[in-house]
Amino acid sequence: MAQHQVNYTQDGGLPVALTTIDKVVNWGRSNSLWALTYGLACCGIEMMASGASRYDFDRFGTIFRASPRQADVLIIAGTLTKKHAEFIKRLYDQMTEPRWVISMGSCANTGGMFNTYATVQGADRIVPVDLYLPGCAPRPETLQYGVMLLQKKIRSEKAIKAQKPKRLL
Amino acid sequence: MRRYVPKDDVQKKAYYTDRYWVAPQVPKAKVSSDKVFAEDLKAIKAAFKVFDAYIQVEQMVIYIRPEDNFGVLELMKNKLDYTQLSEMSAVDFLADRGEFDIFYQMLSMKKRKRIRVKCAIKKEEAIESVEKLFRSADWSEREMYDMFGIKVNNHPFFKRILMPDDWEGHPLLKTYPLHGDEFAAWYEVDKIFGKEARDIIGPEIRDDAAVDRYDTKRFARLGHEVPYGADISKGEPAVKTEYQEDDGVFLIERFEKDSSTVITDRDR
Ligand code: SF4
Repeated sequence: MAQHQVNYTQDGGLPVALTTIDKVVNWGRSNSLWALTYGLACCGIEMMASGASRYDFDRFGTIFRASPRQADVLIIAGTLTKKHAEFIKRLYDQMTEPRWVISMGSCANTGGMFNTYATVQGADRIVPVDLYLPGCAPRPETLQYGVMLLQKKIRSEKAIKAQKPKRLL
Repeated sequence: MRRYVPKDDVQKKAYYTDRYWVAPQVPKAKVSSDKVFAEDLKAIKAAFKVFDAYIQVEQMVIYIRPEDNFGVLELMKNKLDYTQLSEMSAVDFLADRGEFDIFYQMLSMKKRKRIRVKCAIKKEEAIESVEKLFRSADWSEREMYDMFGIKVNNHPFFKRILMPDDWEGHPLLKTYPLHGDEFAAWYEVDKIFGKEARDIIGPEIRDDAAVDRYDTKRFARLGHEVPYGADISKGEPAVKTEYQEDDGVFLIERFEKDSSTVITDRDR
């Protein structure tokens, strides 16, 4: 038995508040952002460098997974060609909610220098994008900063409320 | 997308009109000036019709009939030691002469010589595959079909190689617009979401220089991010550096330099 008195009503309420659950869930979500191993072109090299020991993404809890079913964030690193567009859509659909998309590099943002018939002019024509990283290619620091911004965004979201599924259509 | 201007006459039009300008030509030499080439040409001429032959940049160029392509390459491979087909493709001269030029770049490691075999075919004509002689022709012929629409007979696995199988048009033709035709512009939208989605997704933005400083839906300044769609025409809010520990993340603490110990004595 407790030897001291616990006053559950002091400080305006019970010791468990809903915001705490939000915080705990978002803490878990934002600090274990598993990304899909998905390098499409030269930007993929920078993404690999970010994951390797020098820039060390593991300390953000961002570990690259080889399956979309285990991934929370899709980093579109590189040129998205029209032939590949349907595959990125399929991979995105296989990821479980909640999921986020980072478009890395000018190619994924707008088609970049490939202003041609064969390149999708911006990955946001296919999947909804949360963050656009500028650069050709963005430095690993940019990607790290992008992941930190995404973490910030996740922390400011409501965790419990059913998330509105992000779909283009 | 910019308006599509038909480019059928792109080869007829002179884009540089200096009256005294003469297009530079790589000098051609007679085949008889090189002993090895002269003998090769003699052997080919004995069996096949050769329209023209000359030496350019130490390579012999010969023009043959398109129906002889397999025979000529077989002879060169088996009798004349040209054992490698290093490259082959086509050139679009449709507007100029109504023909494609198909070229085969042959290499002899033994003689240390290269020969370019060329033939011209009309638009709807097909050419015989040389894949049985040179395995390297397999993908090259598929690429030639993909890029120019030239059909190849007796190819073991004849389909597109670079573009998707359901692509329309052949992109290396000079009449093909660089930004793609109507089909190419909507290809991914039509395929993934269906034609009805065209209105929702909208046309491609093909202007590289399109930047709208105040459009916070599509642009953001790094380090000065604002919420999606915020109005910043009256100036952006000041941004200060924030750390995730600041607003008290569970289990994460700020590293305080003063309360830490710095070890200077290595032999401690
Ligand atoms: S943005 Fe630049 S570095 Fe990245 S994929 Fe495109 S061309 Fe390569």
